[in-house]
Amino acid sequence: MIEISHVNKWYSPTFQVLTDCTTNVTKGEVVVVCGPSGSGKSTLIKCVNALEPFQSGDILVDGTKVNDPKTDLPKLRSRVGMVFQHFELFPHLKIIDNLCLAQEKVLGRGHDKAQAKGMQLLERVGLKEQAQKFPAQLSGGQQQRVAIARALAMDPIVMLFDEPTSALDPEMVSEVLDVMVDLAREGMTMMVVTHEMGFARKVANRVIFMDRGEIVEDAAKDDFFGKPRSDRAQKFLSKILSH
Amino acid sequence: MLGNLDFDVIRRALPYLFYEGMTFTLTLTFLAALGGLIFGTALALMRLSGFKILGRIAGIYVDFMRSLPLVLVIFWFYFLVPYIGQWVTGASRPISVGAFTSSLVTFIMFEAAYFSEIMRAGIQSISRGQPAAASALGLTYAQSMRYVVLPQAFRNMLPVLITQTIVLFQDTSLVYVLSITDFLGAASKVAQRDGRLVEMYLFAAVVYFTISCIASYGVRRLQARIAIIR
Amino acid sequence: MNYNWNWGIFFQPNPMGTGTYLDMLLSGLALTLKTAALAWVIALITGSIVGVMRTLPSKGANWFGFAYVEFFRNMPLLVQLFLWFFVLPEILPRAAGLWLKQLPNAPFWTAAIGVGFFMSARVAVQLQAGISSLPRGQKMAATALGLTTVQGYRYVLLPMAFRIILPPLTSEFLNTIKNTAVAITIGLLELTGQARSMQEFSFQVFEAFTAATILYLLVNAVVVTAMRFLERWVAIPGYITGK
Repeated sequence: MIEISHVNKWYSPTFQVLTDCTTNVTKGEVVVVCGPSGSGKSTLIKCVNALEPFQSGDILVDGTKVNDPKTDLPKLRSRVGMVFQHFELFPHLKIIDNLCLAQEKVLGRGHDKAQAKGMQLLERVGLKEQAQKFPAQLSGGQQQRVAIARALAMDPIVMLFDEPTSALDPEMVSEVLDVMVDLAREGMTMMVVTHEMGFARKVANRVIFMDRGEIVEDAAKDDFFGKPRSDRAQKFLSKILSH
Repeated sequence: MLGNLDFDVIRRALPYLFYEGMTFTLTLTFLAALGGLIFGTALALMRLSGFKILGRIAGIYVDFMRSLPLVLVIFWFYFLVPYIGQWVTGASRPISVGAFTSSLVTFIMFEAAYFSEIMRAGIQSISRGQPAAASALGLTYAQSMRYVVLPQAFRNMLPVLITQTIVLFQDTSLVYVLSITDFLGAASKVAQRDGRLVEMYLFAAVVYFTISCIASYGVRRLQARIAIIR
Repeated sequence: MNYNWNWGIFFQPNPMGTGTYLDMLLSGLALTLKTAALAWVIALITGSIVGVMRTLPSKGANWFGFAYVEFFRNMPLLVQLFLWFFVLPEILPRAAGLWLKQLPNAPFWTAAIGVGFFMSARVAVQLQAGISSLPRGQKMAATALGLTTVQGYRYVLLPMAFRIILPPLTSEFLNTIKNTAVAITIGLLELTGQARSMQEFSFQVFEAFTAATILYLLVNAVVVTAMRFLERWVAIPGYITGK
């Protein structure tokens, strides 16, 4: 589904953020990407739907090369759902309109059909009653669930999560993770940048550990948590699991 | 069309344009900026002082000036200043004041309203701890303003103050409505005399543009330097 | 003050035979408002286009936006009006120049266009600041949903940016009204112009200018009140502007 091969990215000639990153996510797989801050994990996931450009290497999503100038990026992006750290709901639109905007303007769905789809997804994330409210009237956890529903409304073939819980107050983390766990169990292909190792243990198939722009470890979940091969991953794990 | 333009008319008029016109414009700009800044700072201090009435008066003055077109204010003072002069000097009839004095009074009074808003923002941007620290050291209110708050406010606001002065420099061209020989007035007089409007107005535009551009480039450089120091 | 006050002057007939002096001033006010309205339309449209250009990733668009703003901001409005009024007809091809010179209401059109373009540079600067103040993630979220750049601006960035810059736009609109007074120099008989002619005909300097002053203050008050209502009307529930 996602094939990343030998991706290199520089912010400036002397500052390389991604070094020779190679991995893939197959259909139905849940891959968790972790690593210390500044390790390039967010940058990598943003390269997948070309929100960030990269200088060399290739990324294919469902067989389409994202770094090919001929690729219809809006079309490709509409099939890749993305959830951001800071939710990024559109503050001037009601919740339901946040879900309908791209359905109507990108997929060309009729208003009624988009509304129906939106309401169905809001019900699924447990926020049907909030449909007519504005984003600023919701809690962070609720906003993030809306953001997930907004991405799902596009019927994506894969979902990307960029630290979806790290801007949330602790008591709201689980309501978002629950939605993500359900999604994973239904067989959604997911690439998730997160520090939530509980989530990784529960549903991940593979865990990728990144540090200083490199993929240091790329292992099946049990192998990763059982016996991480690299020192850096071991250190990271001991820090993050010690509390 | 551009073909039959006579740019020599500009060269011949240069001494007049710059010695008379530009000297007037720059002197007016400089003195009005200075006066406007002093009066404007006073207005800002009045607004921020604890005295409600003082603050009210200053606020009304600033809002009033900012609601009126500069052209109208220029007319107002042009007719008013002789009467003010009579009142101040106790003369028996309105005294005649020169074009320069009249314009200078106008621009100081008008710009003070704008400078006062800038200085007010500058003073408010200083953290409350600063005057508190100053009074803890035993400085009086006036001393803490004079030595602690105002210097910082002034430095923080320097780029905005200069930008406002560039606007003022351009606005002085409006004394044209009183037929005064500022830079544009001089250009206009030559233009009418020689029937060379296109050449003279294009030249005036280029001169204003060049000076303002260089000054605003300087402001951007200054802002970049201040940003680094912070 | 040895000045002969005569407040009854407003109800005496003016020498043009167009009613009283008060009628004269009111017709000036009407022309001020008409000129300002047209100028504001021009300023909003061109200013918005230029403001958007300054926020685009394209270097060319950026440079154009920068040059545009510098061009209109670094020349006195009066000089710009002279360029439109005296210079433009001369440097155009003969036929076009002649047509321009014979245009009825030339001072009105020149004033509206001249003030409009002058103000457009300020609108552009405000809009650019408004767009830049939005979180970077908003644009990313729009892009990730498959919205094109145009759609992203139309449905996501501009609705928010305009709400944010509504207060500074109010002052720019007031500046537009005030700036039409500069057109007295090209013979536009707007409010200040009519007050000036009233003074020349009747010698009642202070009555004429007092009346004009009051009318400007009234216009200001009306605009400010109207904009307050507009601000309240477009306010987003729960969203605190300025964060």
